[in-house]
Amino acid sequence: MTATDLPTPAVGGLDLVPTTDEQQKAKDFTSDQEVRWCPGCGDYAVLASVRSFLPELGLRRENIVFVSGIGCSSRFPYYLDTYGMHSIHGRAPTIATGLAVTRPDLSVWVVTGDGDALSIGGNHLIHALRRNMNITILLFNNRIYGLTKGQYSPTSEVGKVTKSTPMGSVDAPFNPVSLALGAEATFVGRALDSDRKGLTEVLRQAAAHRGASLVEIFQDCPIFNDGSFDVLRKGDDVAERLIKLVDGEPILFGNEGEYGVVRSASGGLEVARVADVGEDAVVVHHADEQDPTQSFALSRLSDQDLTHTITGVFRKVDRPTYDDGARAQVAAAKEQAEARGDNLDALLRGKDTWAVLPEPENEQ
Amino acid sequence: MSTDTAVGPSGREVRQTHRVVIRFAGDSGDGMQLTGDRFTSEAAAFGNDLATLPNFPAEIRAPAGTLPGVSSFQLHFADYDILTPGDRPDVLVAMNPAALKANLADLPHGGVLIVNTDEFTKRNLAKVGYESNPLEDDSLDPYTVHQVAMATLTRGALEPTGMSKKDAERAKNMFALGLLSWMYHRGTEGTEQFLREKFAKKPELAEANILAFRAGWNYGETTESFAVTYEVAPARLAEGTYRQITGNLALAYGVVAAGQQAKLPVFLGTYPITPASDVLHELSKHKGMGVTTFQAEDEIAGIGAALGASFGGSLGVTSTSGPGVALKSETIGLAVALELPLLILDVQRGGPSTGLPTKTEQADLLQAMYGRNGEAPVPIIAPQSPADCFDAALDAVRMALTYRTPVFLLSDGSIANGSEPWRIPDVDALPDLSVTFATEANAPDGSGEFWPYLRDADTLARPWAIPGTAGLEHRIGGLEKADGPGTISYDPDNHDRMVRLRQAKIDGIEVPDLTVHDPDGDAEVLVLGWGSSYGPIGAACRRVRAAGLSVAQAHLRHLNPMPRNLGDVLRSYRRVVAPEMNLGQLSMLLRARFLVDAHSYTKVAGLPFQAEELAGVLTDAVKGDLPA
Repeated sequence: MTATDLPTPAVGGLDLVPTTDEQQKAKDFTSDQEVRWCPGCGDYAVLASVRSFLPELGLRRENIVFVSGIGCSSRFPYYLDTYGMHSIHGRAPTIATGLAVTRPDLSVWVVTGDGDALSIGGNHLIHALRRNMNITILLFNNRIYGLTKGQYSPTSEVGKVTKSTPMGSVDAPFNPVSLALGAEATFVGRALDSDRKGLTEVLRQAAAHRGASLVEIFQDCPIFNDGSFDVLRKGDDVAERLIKLVDGEPILFGNEGEYGVVRSASGGLEVARVADVGEDAVVVHHADEQDPTQSFALSRLSDQDLTHTITGVFRKVDRPTYDDGARAQVAAAKEQAEARGDNLDALLRGKDTWAVLPEPENEQ
Repeated sequence: MSTDTAVGPSGREVRQTHRVVIRFAGDSGDGMQLTGDRFTSEAAAFGNDLATLPNFPAEIRAPAGTLPGVSSFQLHFADYDILTPGDRPDVLVAMNPAALKANLADLPHGGVLIVNTDEFTKRNLAKVGYESNPLEDDSLDPYTVHQVAMATLTRGALEPTGMSKKDAERAKNMFALGLLSWMYHRGTEGTEQFLREKFAKKPELAEANILAFRAGWNYGETTESFAVTYEVAPARLAEGTYRQITGNLALAYGVVAAGQQAKLPVFLGTYPITPASDVLHELSKHKGMGVTTFQAEDEIAGIGAALGASFGGSLGVTSTSGPGVALKSETIGLAVALELPLLILDVQRGGPSTGLPTKTEQADLLQAMYGRNGEAPVPIIAPQSPADCFDAALDAVRMALTYRTPVFLLSDGSIANGSEPWRIPDVDALPDLSVTFATEANAPDGSGEFWPYLRDADTLARPWAIPGTAGLEHRIGGLEKADGPGTISYDPDNHDRMVRLRQAKIDGIEVPDLTVHDPDGDAEVLVLGWGSSYGPIGAACRRVRAAGLSVAQAHLRHLNPMPRNLGDVLRSYRRVVAPEMNLGQLSMLLRARFLVDAHSYTKVAGLPFQAEELAGVLTDAVKGDLPA
């Protein structure tokens, strides 16, 4: 077969998924399973946000599938009354890939954590993003291994003292947004577990995106990494730390919008007082910019010390998805096969056959 | 081997013979596999029975002219049904000193040796450690040697094309094919047609190869060096339409056919690995038959995607070899826990680790049987020949779909790449594999709930409820599930029950009873094999019986669960011999399960058993000479 031109996504992420006119509520997405996360776990907030967000999509419940790996957050599917699979450590994107390719009528979600997605499952994550599988990945980042009781994770800050690193960890962490952008992700967003409004907005855009969407959710582990994101939640300087991206708007923050993100001398981005540089110097955010350079620079704005932390949608661009492309090839091949009248019998016979006649006629 | 002699049209003696084994041997870059394949197609088209053994290095182009770079293709063709590619060649074609050195020991004294003399230069001889030129000393005296300057002759034949000498010489394999085609009275049209199609985009290459092919043919016809030609009549196989097929091709066709018979889309999730990659290549061509292939980022992703597709209602398939199975093990365990259909094609190769990628071995049996954490039983089926891969694939899919379980199919390098005639099945007679997805709530308490782990009373299979089915929303996963409702359960009794239920489900899979072939009816020794050793064992039994001794043969196709009558069969013989290309994995299972003192005969050389050596072992067993 000749190569098929890959279709540019003409539809949204959920356009092939059947919808319902039924009024849905968060309760309709709540399974009968008792939720068993630790008291105070950030997962509760995310679960509540997702349960109350899903009705907004108006999809038939049976056409939604949540797939998870292993870890605290990976219990998520059990608590939603949709189809779900709690698979094995790091491999949820692979299961989701098989589902997404074969079932365009499903809304496929992956729930994973920093250990699941970035350590044992790092390979699958980058390839799902690269292929632009039509799946939505919720990466719960609490910067610690919770289920195995408190070892450092690939997003833990350098020097993290844990049971497995009593003298402090010595390896540098991943920045999940930078990693996703480097892996050619077409949608990358970030939200804070406690910010229901911000999280819902990112989820809304992620679900509507056709292709792989990665949403990093900063999430608290009250047992093994308590208060790790508190600087973004409380205190006097929250407004000076938290930068909320608004598409098409200058990137301003601070209580009065007195700070802005501007180009640095080295070609990256940095924070400045608007009063010092002038409003025109503040960069405008364009999530749909094909060139990922500015999004990447935003993801590197500050070290992981959370001095300046960006939430919102870093990047949202259109690119053909693997699953649409694979299905288009199969559909085109089927059409050609039907036109030719191909069938199993003809396939098995092939081109070169010979006949063995019944014994008497076979005598020479 | 010869029976009748006559004089042919060119005044040359024509010997009628029942069977011939030819081995083409040369450098990796000499095109020996293509040459062998082509001769095989001619033998097939002529109606001979045949069996082939390609043998090549893992390196794509090992250093030219060296022993590790030797690639060979052995073809056995006959006028009756044969079982193996032959132990030793009757005719050896050696394209260079390395090929001669690597293969001469297999050529029996009196055998025909055709040598390309052009490559026997001082440098090439030195490369493989020949101190003197074997073509000039007396070391080849025991053989019937034909010295042919194939490269020079090919160059001469191609002179009118204006090709460079180097390019022209590359067609020397077609010269060799032409010469052999002449010797065995094969037609020329099939090969010429093949070359025109193969080089359709480069007609000048097609013509060059055809010129070389004809030059080889004419060389036989016009020179006096070949006094005898041979004829092998068509074989009297069972009535039907035949084609030649390799094991990997038959496997791929079996998967396509299984998808059609199950009325399910096929999804292959896989990662390239020798010697299984051809299954991916072949299935990638059949999108028109509803096959989707996914070349994943690694072995784990391949099987993960296949399992995801199964969850979604496709026929999930993954293909690999031993090292890949090791990586897939955790996902196979998940499939056991999820109780979803999944076909795992393991084309075994030499191990451990990377081992011998292009050579054959049967050493993944215990890996397939036990290579997972926890009690994780998986059915295992092993085809016995290249063509049998088709039926085995259909049977494996039957088990997977009926019992909602991953199933192992254990092929190996020798049948994957080897070929034989295949009687093309009547597609209307293929088994119906259609499945029924769950559509209704099934909770026995009438609550209207769906219990994903409520089992079928006969098969113990759980319902297959695919996403998109309203009212059956459920969650499955690797955590232990409550028997029936399928919710997470840490209850000790429940776990004990679930472990036993999963085992009972696999133990209860319907498999045919083992049949024993004992033509004399009085054998006291049973030889029991599995997988690709069927051919050599069968050929060995023929030899033993031809010598007037009795031996019974049975071959295990289903290794898990094993046939119900296996214990009775084993106990009804004084002695059981189990030859395997491993260190006795089946023997260990037989001893453990049936307390039978099976005698294990093993060889792990990367090559199939030879009929001769097995005949010796069986003769010793019959005569009571085996070591205890």
